[in-house]
Amino acid sequence: MRHATRLAIGPAAFRIGSDWRAPIAALDDLYRDYPKPEVPDFNVHLFAARPWRKFLRPAVHIGGDYTIPDAAPLPLAQGLLAAEMGMNLQMALAQRWFLLLHASAVERGGRAVLMTGISGAGKSTLAALLMARGWRLMGDEFVLIDPATGLAHGFPRLISLKNQAIAVVRAALPDARFGPLLPGTPKGDIRHLVPDARAIAAMAAPAEPALLLFPRFGFDAAERPVPPSEAFVRLTQASTNYVHLAERGFDALTRLVRTVPARAIDYPDTESGIALVEALA
Amino acid sequence: MTSYRAAPPETLRIVPLDALTLIYHRASGITHVVDAPVPELLEALGVGEFTVDQLLATLKDRYDLLDADPAALAVRLDELVQAGLVERL
Repeated sequence: MRHATRLAIGPAAFRIGSDWRAPIAALDDLYRDYPKPEVPDFNVHLFAARPWRKFLRPAVHIGGDYTIPDAAPLPLAQGLLAAEMGMNLQMALAQRWFLLLHASAVERGGRAVLMTGISGAGKSTLAALLMARGWRLMGDEFVLIDPATGLAHGFPRLISLKNQAIAVVRAALPDARFGPLLPGTPKGDIRHLVPDARAIAAMAAPAEPALLLFPRFGFDAAERPVPPSEAFVRLTQASTNYVHLAERGFDALTRLVRTVPARAIDYPDTESGIALVEALA
Repeated sequence: MTSYRAAPPETLRIVPLDALTLIYHRASGITHVVDAPVPELLEALGVGEFTVDQLLATLKDRYDLLDADPAALAVRLDELVQAGLVERL
């Protein structure tokens, strides 16, 4: 492809190729402090379905080692989002080394707090605000559990903030680097936040999972313990590769839910959410 | 008379968690999340071959089974055979 870049996020190395310069330029800017790997694990392609669609109402299709057929393309103005989605897609479908959990994670003192939930539960927002309060951000989208050790590895890609979370996090981190505002995406307004220098520097350092949280945003503050069997079922639903990893996945997940306490937390606003997490962690 | 026994132990991974138990079936790669009396059934069937009536008697002795319905037990055993957790002989 005409334009390309390479970048490593945690233990995953990507090569991203594009028919257009803009998405690659945005990645090179926002990921400028990330390592550039020699050998990529995963390939992402941003391509025009027909040659003229490079120029005429350019529509960015997402492909690579794995592609979702018939996925709707994104307008070129959302090319950065397409690149991020492409990297997520390869991780979700091609990751075989680690058990992949759709969760955000932060670490303090070697202990990782994993937060998982449906879109809108506040995974990214809580992770970004905890980063602002001195936690090490391990990632806002995926946590990787090593079946061999049980340790959590981070995937600190750009933090994807949506809608109201954008202003909340900007107020908490006025000096942080943000990507361009991407209005009108399939998930509303999106703006990416660059993880802080500490998160990037420590991206390869795993941590011991210490707490599993299942947050829900928009409910009265509440918390309850989650029994291991419920945590297990919810985490299989939050994993894209549990079935592919077969017995290694079973071992990794049973070990996680047997050794790490789990709590469901409801929170009405981000302030009380942060307070709940910090009280439990 | 049909009799049953548990699948060989090396074909399963059984991990009790709390009220529920996980059973990983190696051949299919399927994880079953099961409630009582499935773990008890597998444990009883792990020591030998049983007809439905023999199994029912064992379960009554060992687990104080309240609902001793042979037809219901046979249906449950057939489900476990389908899942590969029990063998029909």
